Amino acid sequence: MSLLEVKNLHARVGERQILNGLTLTVEKGQVAAIMGPNGSGKSTLAYVLAGKPGYEVTGGEVLLDGESVLGMEPEVRAAKGVFLAFQYPMEIPGVASMTFLRTAVNAQRKARGLAELSTPDFMKKVRETAGALGISNDMLRRAVNVGFSGGEKKRNEILQMAMLEPKLAVLDETDSGLDIDALRIVADGVNRLRAPDRAMVVITHYQRLLSYIVPDVVHVLAKGKVVKSGGKELALELEAKGYADFVGEAA
Amino acid sequence: MNVNVPTNVRTMKTAAEQALADAFVSAQPKLPGKGAVAALRADAFQRFETAGLPHRRVEEWKYTDLRALMREAQPLAGLPDAAAKAKAKNAGALFAGIAARKLVFVDGAFAPDLSDLSPEAGLAIVSMADALAKGDALVAAHVGKTVETNDVGVALNTALMGDGAVIRVAAGAALAKPIHLVFFGAQAAASVTRSLLVVEKGASVTLLESHDNAAGQVNTALEIVAADGATVEHVKTVRAGALHLSSLIASVGARARFNTFAFTTASALVRNQMFIRFAGEGTQAGIGGATLARAREHVDNTLLIDHAAGGCESRERFRAVLDGQSRGVFQGKIVVRPHAQKTDARMASHSLLLSDDAEANAKPELEIFADDVQCGHGATTGALQQDLLFYLRARGIPKRQAEALLIQSFVAEPIESIGHEGVRAALNAAVERWLGERE
Repeated sequence: MSLLEVKNLHARVGERQILNGLTLTVEKGQVAAIMGPNGSGKSTLAYVLAGKPGYEVTGGEVLLDGESVLGMEPEVRAAKGVFLAFQYPMEIPGVASMTFLRTAVNAQRKARGLAELSTPDFMKKVRETAGALGISNDMLRRAVNVGFSGGEKKRNEILQMAMLEPKLAVLDETDSGLDIDALRIVADGVNRLRAPDRAMVVITHYQRLLSYIVPDVVHVLAKGKVVKSGGKELALELEAKGYADFVGEAA
Repeated sequence: MNVNVPTNVRTMKTAAEQALADAFVSAQPKLPGKGAVAALRADAFQRFETAGLPHRRVEEWKYTDLRALMREAQPLAGLPDAAAKAKAKNAGALFAGIAARKLVFVDGAFAPDLSDLSPEAGLAIVSMADALAKGDALVAAHVGKTVETNDVGVALNTALMGDGAVIRVAAGAALAKPIHLVFFGAQAAASVTRSLLVVEKGASVTLLESHDNAAGQVNTALEIVAADGATVEHVKTVRAGALHLSSLIASVGARARFNTFAFTTASALVRNQMFIRFAGEGTQAGIGGATLARAREHVDNTLLIDHAAGGCESRERFRAVLDGQSRGVFQGKIVVRPHAQKTDARMASHSLLLSDDAEANAKPELEIFADDVQCGHGATTGALQQDLLFYLRARGIPKRQAEALLIQSFVAEPIESIGHEGVRAALNAAVERWLGERE
């Protein structure tokens, strides 16, 4: 069974119809890149998968391991293994990163019927994971993302992903706002999390990120549906020619 | 001394105003203090008689129309019985984890048998009733004189003040542990308490106040006189089933550290008013509050901060979380006198509305007469940020828990400014309990 099946998905935000019959299948262990011009529905797909309020599904299905997730609250989807790395990670004043991580990890464990992680086990795991991403203890003590640079925020997203060990990670424009060094650190972090039972959907506007996170498949999104799929070479083709061939207009 | 009740000043008296007037006339002979004290009472009563209970056309009471809200005035509480005293033993539990010197008041009367009066160098404690009756010099020097105010709530307190604590911390003394004033009420009756804290030069004290009154109408006032170089940390908590009207009146000397904080939960109708005057240069002050209200609760924090001397820094930080049909009021006025140059005052009031029916009123004001100052104020009112909530939920944190985390962090901001770690922990725990009781 495919890990993620999106069938003929229609969705709108307010009065604006954005997804128009999107169909997509992602297998376990696969890294799927979703590319497309601005306004093609990439971020909307990410939010619909994560269950953001205000994103109204008007038709179609989303199955995770064969189970429909569309009626589920965001926290239930998260506990089932859906993780969204935000394009613009939120700042949460007054909530320390460590507290936040711990609350999230334990909430998900509780939802899955597992015992809470002990403090030493949790601390050990955070330190190891954070260390590999160049996240200092000081950053962990500070409020979530408050005063962090763009690169630090994105690294923090990958730290959360590593701690939460999702089945399906959706990375929404993780490369936006990153310089080349930060991009490499983030990509290394993502690559370490590639696993046979985990799938990743990497949403990006540019081919650049895909030089570091090499996808197994590339899907091109235009006007709210997948218009072409192919191997990693498709990304290079897009980079050279632009999206015009696919959308019938300049991107 | 006889008081002529003028009938020509205000012809329409509400039932509560009439009852208060009657209470004064009948209680007057029994209230502690003769001579100068009796004159002080009579003068204060006259101010009440002239003005009546404050109402919405009195600017300082605009959002808390006491005349409309106070339908009746309860009779003054009688002496507490043994049952009430037994219950009082568990009062002030919010600060139970803090080793402190407890002074307990039951229905407004000092309960020495429940209080810790063990001697300590540099500390003198007497009950206000005793001090008033004996014409105590400290009381004569300060009560009603700390900061001038025409406020009617203070006037009523002065007219009817019964008991309270009179605390003197001698020059240079640093007390071993905080003093905890516990005010517990068991009767559906009025209690009027007045306390005085005099902190002499270079002395330091932490004063905690717990007000726990299920059914009585409370009018309580605390005057603090902090001398040059004094360090004062004052934290007050309120749970009031009926009415709680509180006045903090403080005069702070030069190069002092002065912090005060008002924490209000589970209270029907509360007015915390603060009249604080910086009388000497180079003082640093934190004036803060956190309010958690639900149902039809009404909590008003009103400050008048008077920078009468230059070079003082004050930070006013207030936050309110309002659920149900509750109402939160913040009025803050900072006055900077003409010669109070280099004043640095910043006031912030933020309210979080958890329901469509909750209401927040904010009125920050600056009156600046000096030209070389840094002053600012900010006030916001809003709901929980939906984007933030989604971020937490997308990480697997259930909605209620995510809301609680955000609310807790919102309220924690001013609490963080409290110096005493145990007090911070106690207040944060109280916030957590309040959130746990959320429907």
